[in-house]
Order: sequence, then structure tokens, then C-alpha cells
Amino acid sequence: MSIRFFALAALAGALVAGPASAAQTLLNVSYDPTRELYVEFNQAFARHWQAQGNEAVAIQQSHGGSGKQARSVIDGLRADVVTLALAGDIDELHRIGKLIPENWQERLPDASTPYTSSIVFLVRKGNPKGIEDWDDLIEPGVEVITPNPKTSGGARWNLLAAWAYAEKKYGGEAQARDFVEKLYRNVPVLDTGARGSTITFVNNKIGDVLLAWENEAFLALKEEGGDALEIVAPSLSILAEPPVTVVDANVDRKGTRKVAEAYLEYLYSDEGQRLAAKHFYRPRNPEIAKEFSEQFSDIELVTIDGYFNGWKEAQPRFFNDGGIFDQIYQAH
Amino acid sequence: MSSATLTASASNAARRGNAWGRRLLIGGAWLVFVLFLLLPLLIVVSQALQKGFAPFFAAIVEPDALAALRLTLLAVGISVPLNLVFGVAAAWCVSKYEFRGKSILVTLIDLPFSVSPVIAGLVYVLLFGAQGFFGPWLREHDIQIIFAVPGIVLATLFVTVPFVARELIPLMQEQGTTEEEAARLLGANGWQMFWHITLPNIKWGLIYGVVLCTARAMGEFGAVSVVSGHIRGYTNTLPLHVEILHNEYNHIAAFSVASLLLLMALFILLLKQWSESRINRLKASAGEE
Repeated sequence: MSIRFFALAALAGALVAGPASAAQTLLNVSYDPTRELYVEFNQAFARHWQAQGNEAVAIQQSHGGSGKQARSVIDGLRADVVTLALAGDIDELHRIGKLIPENWQERLPDASTPYTSSIVFLVRKGNPKGIEDWDDLIEPGVEVITPNPKTSGGARWNLLAAWAYAEKKYGGEAQARDFVEKLYRNVPVLDTGARGSTITFVNNKIGDVLLAWENEAFLALKEEGGDALEIVAPSLSILAEPPVTVVDANVDRKGTRKVAEAYLEYLYSDEGQRLAAKHFYRPRNPEIAKEFSEQFSDIELVTIDGYFNGWKEAQPRFFNDGGIFDQIYQAH
Repeated sequence: MSSATLTASASNAARRGNAWGRRLLIGGAWLVFVLFLLLPLLIVVSQALQKGFAPFFAAIVEPDALAALRLTLLAVGISVPLNLVFGVAAAWCVSKYEFRGKSILVTLIDLPFSVSPVIAGLVYVLLFGAQGFFGPWLREHDIQIIFAVPGIVLATLFVTVPFVARELIPLMQEQGTTEEEAARLLGANGWQMFWHITLPNIKWGLIYGVVLCTARAMGEFGAVSVVSGHIRGYTNTLPLHVEILHNEYNHIAAFSVASLLLLMALFILLLKQWSESRINRLKASAGEE
């Protein structure tokens, strides 16, 4: 009986395994909070692509912590396009994997970043700990939830936003380091990705404040209803720029360059920009941004290029082995 | 209680103490069972059925969930028969022959028990990944192992290697080689000997091992997670699909798929119970002879 069962299982598996459709497929390897955006955008693009008289295209998605996803692509996950949380992760595709040219970021408008976001605070309804700005996060007894900067892009934006605030307010690197060290002392769990942290905060009800992508915070609010959580915008934050690129080595092998490029370009179309805004990303197109201006609060935003001299400098300084994050995190 | 004065009252007290101790132990066991095993299971099912049967079935027949089910069955369908063959061969070697390095082999069979599944997954990435040992060669020949179905099967295979062999080795060692020797003397060839003597002897132990192996293969998360690449509808097994649904705030669907996994596990458990009872009966009848 049991032998028969396994034979049947093997047979059933063998019969139906493998990719079902013969249409062209694209694989978009993305980071955590973009799931919902790309589910909808993929359908929109597939319609658009076919309406242009092309062969049908099926788009597959993979999501996880941004650093982990980049690692997977370098290790051989055959992404046609990557849409990751920060340029630093995509740079690794060039540096280690030799999968894309060094100047990948110059190939699309706005440094290949079709939408942006920023870092905000998500707190429990009524803001019981009275969290208004970054200073409130280093108070003793406040539990802060943020993912691990080693694996999560959002976590790196979080740390840099806190750093920029402290350096501007208290006037120097030593003060900023001290501030960020105190902040991480208040972190009880480091998840690997932004979504993991959201689940920790929202579902498992751990912590007093979640440092989150603005879009992720809005989504949590939408999913959980407005009666459990609220968003607090700090006085200063960082312009989070999640860029996109075609993975040249993979599209040239698979012969999908044309559709992969069209896919990314469509992110800049009016429909693409509106979908981004609908999923709480700040659209780049000023016209579309105006349509959604009520949705996003005005925060003073520093940029990675303007304040930290770009990811090429910030990544090794803060996040590589022995960098500032390692130093402060080992200290506690 | 260690003092050895065996007066009547002391032994009575001991008996009374024992009765209390027994009740306490049994009660404790039940408490732990209900709190840590039964309750979570009930929660899984009740969450899945929170909004009735319709969303439950919708989550299970959804194409990505079916794809995950197919992939899980495929991984089980490949890894279990392979482990069956390997397990029988290994147990045969170890119990019927004496050779150098035997104890090392027995230890190595147990390796997947002690190695964390995450490490198992990473090892395959280091071997077959684009940056790995065989990476350039595989790329040249356009063979995809990790982040594709073969990697998932390999990872499942790795974590399930010990189950069949571990079950058979003590059984076959206990049985010894006398029956096989008798068959040999009566002129049986190797295949006949295996088919008519060894296999009937180990049948129930074998089925028990296979059942355990299947249960583990179905539920494996860590190793598979590392080599999966998490492509929806393509490289997601059922356990990974549960995690993804949960991460998407889709709790009802997550728990529905979890319930499906649970049902499969319960079915396997029934098979286990049945094969176990057959082993015991076999042992009992052997004892009577």
C-alpha cells in the first residue's frame, strides 16, 4: 500500500512538474516590501506588452531581504531583472558576480530608481510611549524593531537615517556613533528582512516602534486596519532609493533582453508610476506625485549621494565586516 | 527515599508517593501535550477555517499552492525511493559484512541528523552555485541545479538520508546472517536470497523507515529554503509557500496550506502507527517460537 502510494506520488509529481507555460518568462528578483506592487504591476505590464503585439509574457517573482536576494542572484538565481532595496546590493552583482556592467545605474532615468520611499516610524495606536522623533528611540525602556543591516536593505536605510539625524543635530561623527549605538541597544530582535520585522512588530506584537519603509508602514496600516497602529513621521529622514536593473548576463543567455528592458521602462510610464504610488511608493514623475501629494507627508530628506557620498562609500564604511555597524553592535 | 529501611509504613508511604508521582507525571505529560502540541494544531485549523470552508479551499486550489504541492510531492517522490535503495544497501553492508571503516560509515550516515539543515543548503550553494566549485562548468553546459528543482530534491535527499538506514541497521544486525547462509547453502543466488529471505524479514522496519523519511521530506524547510530562490509557482515547496503567504498578511491562506500539510502529516502518522504495530506483532510472534 505504502509502496503504491509513493509510486503514485512520484508519478503525479513527474507528470506535472516543470514550468507549465511555453510563453516567455521573466524572473524579477526583488526585496521584501514590493510583493504587492509587483503582483499588480506584472499584470499591467503583461497586458501592455501583449497589446503592443508581442508574444505573451509570464513574470515570476521572488522576494526576500535585499542583500540575501542579491547573494542568490550572484550564486546563480537566474533573474532577468533585479529590483532591490539599494544600489549597494546591485553593485555586488557587478563586483562579485560580473553579471552587469559597472555603469548599470546610468542606463535608466533618475539613477535607475523609478520610485522612492523614506523611513518612518510605525507605533501602536495612541502612541503610548509618546514617540515623536529619533531622540525618543534611544530612551531606556523603548523597544525598537528594525531588521539586520547585513541582510536587509531597509535596515541599512534605517541606520543611515538615524545617523544623519544625530550627526546633524549633535554635530559630529562621535556623537552620531554614540546615538546609533544607544539605538541598537534598544533592539530586541534583528530579523533578516523588512517584512520579517513588520510581522514581528504587527503580528507578534513585540516592540514599541518599528523603523519601516514608508510604503511598508502604509501597507501594514492598510492590512491591519487603522485601529491598531499609527505612523509617525520624524523631523528628518533619508530618501530611500530602491533601484532596478536588467541582469545582462542572464537576459543575454535567455534571450529576454528586449522584454526585460521594456519591463523596467514601463515602471516609468504613467501607469507604472500610478501603481507605485498606489502601493505607497513616492513616484518620480512630478505630475503623478502631485496627484498623490496628500498621501505623503513632507519630511526633510537627506540623500545617499548628497550626504553619504553614495553607496560605494557608505557600504564599506558602515556595513561591511568590521564597519561601523559591527563595531557598535559588538559593543553591546 | 534512599534509606533502605523497609518497614511496612515506609513502603506504604512510598507506594502512596508513587501514586502521587505517577499522577503528577501523567498529568504533566498531558499538560505539555495539550499546551504545546494539540493547541497549536487546533489553532492552525481554526485559523484556516476562520471564514468558513470556501476561502480554505480557494487557498489550496490556487495555482501557486498547487504548484507548491506538486513540487513537494515531486521532492518526496524522488528522494524517498532513492533513500530506500540507499538505506537498504547501507544497512546490508553494515550488518552482513565486516570491513575497514565500517564505524566511520555508520557515523557518516548519521551526519544529516547533526548538521543543521541550513548548512546542508549552503554546502550545495557552495558546490553548485554560480560562484561555487562546479559553477562555471554547470553554467557552460546550461545546467541549473540550485534555485531550481534539482537543488530542492538534493537538499531534501540530504536531510532524509539517515531515516531508512537507521531503522534497518539494528533490525538486520539483530537478525544476523544465519538465514541468508542457509539459503546460500540450499543454492539460492544473491537476488533470490535478498528477495525471499532478507526482504520479508525487514519488510515492516523498511516501511517504518520509509514513512519517517516521507514525513521529514514533506516538511523540510531550512535546507530547501536556502537553495530554493523562492520563485512563486516554481521553486516553492509547501512549507515555503506557507511562510510566503504568512509574510503577505494572507493568514487564512497560510493556515489553510498549513492545514493541508498537517493532514498529509497525520496520514503519514497513521501509516507509521500501522507499520509499527506490525513490527511489534512480528517481534511478539518471534518471541513465542
